[in-house]
Amino acid sequence: MDDLLNLLKENARESDDTLAKMLNTSVEDVRKRITELEESGVIRAYQAVINSDIITDVNEVSAVIELRIRPEREGGFDRIAQKVGGFPQVVSIFLMSGAYDLMLIVKGKNLQEVALFVSSKLATIDGVLSTSTHFMLKTYKDQGVLMTKDEHDQRLPITP
Amino acid sequence: MTNDSQLPPDFVAPHVRNLPKSGIRAFFDIVASCKDVISLGIGEPDFDTPWHIRARVIEAIESGATKYTSNLGSPELRKEIAAYTARSYGVTYDWEKEIIATVGVSEAFDIAFRATLSPGDEVLYHEPCFVAYAPLIRTAHAVPVPVVTHRKDNFRLSVAELEKCLTPKTKALFINYPNNPTGATLNHADVKALADFARRHNLLVYTDEVYSELTYEGDRYSIAAEPGMKERTVFLNGFSKAWSMTGFRLGFVCAPPALTEAMMKIHQYGMMCASSLSQVAGVEALQNGDDDIKTMRDSYKLRRNYVVASLNEMGLDCFMPSGAFYVFPSIASTTLTSDEFALQLLNQESVASVPGTAFGTCGEGFIRCSYATSMAQLKKAMERMSNFVKRHTK
Ligand SMILES: Cc1ncc(COP(=O)(O)O)c(C=O)c1O
Repeated sequence: MDDLLNLLKENARESDDTLAKMLNTSVEDVRKRITELEESGVIRAYQAVINSDIITDVNEVSAVIELRIRPEREGGFDRIAQKVGGFPQVVSIFLMSGAYDLMLIVKGKNLQEVALFVSSKLATIDGVLSTSTHFMLKTYKDQGVLMTKDEHDQRLPITP
Repeated sequence: MTNDSQLPPDFVAPHVRNLPKSGIRAFFDIVASCKDVISLGIGEPDFDTPWHIRARVIEAIESGATKYTSNLGSPELRKEIAAYTARSYGVTYDWEKEIIATVGVSEAFDIAFRATLSPGDEVLYHEPCFVAYAPLIRTAHAVPVPVVTHRKDNFRLSVAELEKCLTPKTKALFINYPNNPTGATLNHADVKALADFARRHNLLVYTDEVYSELTYEGDRYSIAAEPGMKERTVFLNGFSKAWSMTGFRLGFVCAPPALTEAMMKIHQYGMMCASSLSQVAGVEALQNGDDDIKTMRDSYKLRRNYVVASLNEMGLDCFMPSGAFYVFPSIASTTLTSDEFALQLLNQESVASVPGTAFGTCGEGFIRCSYATSMAQLKKAMERMSNFVKRHTK
């Protein structure tokens, strides 16, 4: 991946000026390259990585859902992934190797709401053979970011 | 009541009493007393030691690898070092006769000087440079002879300057590239010229290549790899910088068998061996650490670019150094000396840097800034420095 994408993955809010300095190029060049990345669909969105465990006013639970799907002659996975992806409760969908086919991450207000969504909306889709729901209890690390990193720098302030 | 005759005599050896204290030590005390300082004065990586290296050491403790090793270092580590110098520098050392694992590169300097220098021998070394060379040459009863390097040459050592300092007593040449504090590197023509100089004047060469993995542009050339040089070169390297293992205190020295044997005598009696656990860490670093080095190097390079652009933008002339993790900007556009600049920047803006004079008298007019610090910190530091420079411009 190119340096610009890596830098944006690390900090999407980095200023164009700083990016230009880091990449040893001009601000105009950085802007042009970002626009190209956005327009070509390489960059899909910019989001913050949030530690929701320490926000007290969130009413949200997340679950990993495993879906097994009946094999179809052509495009079965894509067809069902498209259907499932239409629901706003579903935040991620991955096609997997192994014991099941699609892995979803689903968010809802509480356990009941997610359970109901799975049983009434996902399990009923034509071609879905089974579902298995795992609720997430705590986030330690997300998208490469540790949620409870001790930031203490153990280095001496001046060394030769 | 006491009288003078009852006071104990001054037991300190004169050549140690006369050693200057490191300028960095003095500045350290001042910085340590300040709160909430952003430090650009740290000569060690900000990355954690890669986890697989730490995990391997934890296993080693559990399995009882807590005994003395061979004085030279464990065979496993020495074989890895031999493989590493062959693949990275194109120099083949015999792991049984030409390699010693040391307590950091620091110990390697000490045993190298003591094993090779006699009273009165002169050693050419270039300034600005790391603080340990001249004092350690002195404790070996020899004479350190500083050779200046210049901003106009991007601090590369020139044979012309060396020739000026040569005397019949010159025994050795010490070089350190990539360089602390300037970040300077040598190109192949430079290295060849130095090798030629050493051969012509029949000098021993010590080369401190602890930053060589942190080379951002161009290939790196060890002087040990030049024709006829391995025989007269003491190659010094270590794990502190590129693998971010400063606290492990592990380095190594490679040299022809007779020199290794001589250094071994001092190491054996004075140190016994490097820490067994650190040696395990070194094996893991050499076997599985290449990706870590690359990740850290890529990150340093981007920060270097940012810092050099920012310094030049605020009016401090700074060349783009190709190695280590330091920049060495000129403060000639301000009204301040190096010491004043560093001290006032600390007091007024809470940013710590190191005055160039800590690295030799020709460091006057410069400061050293380390960019082995997070981008978030670097951004704040550059903003504060820029405000400071505005107030102190000529
Ligand atoms: C040029 C140079 N050589 C050697 C050392 C010391 O390294 P070690 O930690 O291996 O003793 C340093 C540390 O700052 C250095 O900058």
